[in-house]
Amino acid sequence: MHLPDQFLSNQTNFTLLVISAGFLVNAFKSFFNSNFEKVKFLIPQLETGIGQKISSPKSLGYFKAKSHVNKKIEQLALVAAFIFALQMLNFPIQNGTSGHFLGGVLAAVVLGPWAGIMAISSVLVVQAFIFSDGGIISLGANIFNMGVIGVLFSYLIYLFIFQITRHRFLAIGLAGWFSVVLASIACSIEIGLSGQAALGLVLPAMLKVHVLIGMVEAFITIFAIKIFFYEQEK
Amino acid sequence: MNKKNKLILLFSLLASGLISLFASAFPDGLEYVAGNLGFIDKAINYFPGLFSEYALPGVSNEILAGSLAGIFGTLLIFMVLLVLGKSLIYVLNQTSKNQKN
Repeated sequence: MHLPDQFLSNQTNFTLLVISAGFLVNAFKSFFNSNFEKVKFLIPQLETGIGQKISSPKSLGYFKAKSHVNKKIEQLALVAAFIFALQMLNFPIQNGTSGHFLGGVLAAVVLGPWAGIMAISSVLVVQAFIFSDGGIISLGANIFNMGVIGVLFSYLIYLFIFQITRHRFLAIGLAGWFSVVLASIACSIEIGLSGQAALGLVLPAMLKVHVLIGMVEAFITIFAIKIFFYEQEK
Repeated sequence: MNKKNKLILLFSLLASGLISLFASAFPDGLEYVAGNLGFIDKAINYFPGLFSEYALPGVSNEILAGSLAGIFGTLLIFMVLLVLGKSLIYVLNQTSKNQKN
């Protein structure tokens, strides 16, 4: 589902670049706030021996990394590398088409939504710049489809389903399916809005394929978490 | 890095370096639809990327080129994120060292 630069109109591409940038800035802020704390301390005022004030009290602050931040960074790097690797494994679906793993729900559940979208976005950036898999100005669209929808929104779906069913892996699987299907819907709408093809043609065609790919995504996500990431999932 | 993480990284390298060689060559869902609806010729990127199509340049054996590209990408992402993250921690820790206690 990696959109090349010219699949979408420049307007669509740039709009989505801005939107995705906004989400990423927020993601970084949230990640930062939950992992680093601002510590304030007071320098008391200085006095001479006879009580003359030399300076006034100052309040200074610095950032302190919370414990486990090193582990979290390592986890982020690891999950991103893992997802990149799995995304290379295309599997045939039907009629001469293939699908590949997305990993949005995996990232969201293992790393949390904010670190998750940062991981997926890193994968997309490397894929675009190094391997030309997906365009540069369409990065915003790809990050929106696979990051904002694939990670953030799908995480909400995961939480919601978990809330009702109290069954973690059912929630993970369903969220995984939705992540792919919803991303493909967004992709179709973007292609339609860009005037590239008629929405009435793109949407059903994309859905047909991605409904099936979503099922594989659900299974891969469940098994990957079970096998590799079980203790770390949130 | 603990044992489990090493295993995950190893698996990732195996997946991208070896298993990827058996990946399906069919076009992915989007490419397939684009082909059927006639806009696949618009699949142009403005920046050609360092490599193209997941093959390391300068390697004559196609299979090896693909395998090395996968390993390279996996390691690249892992190292870049690790370095960026640890640099952030280091820089911020420096702010506390400059305070007089």
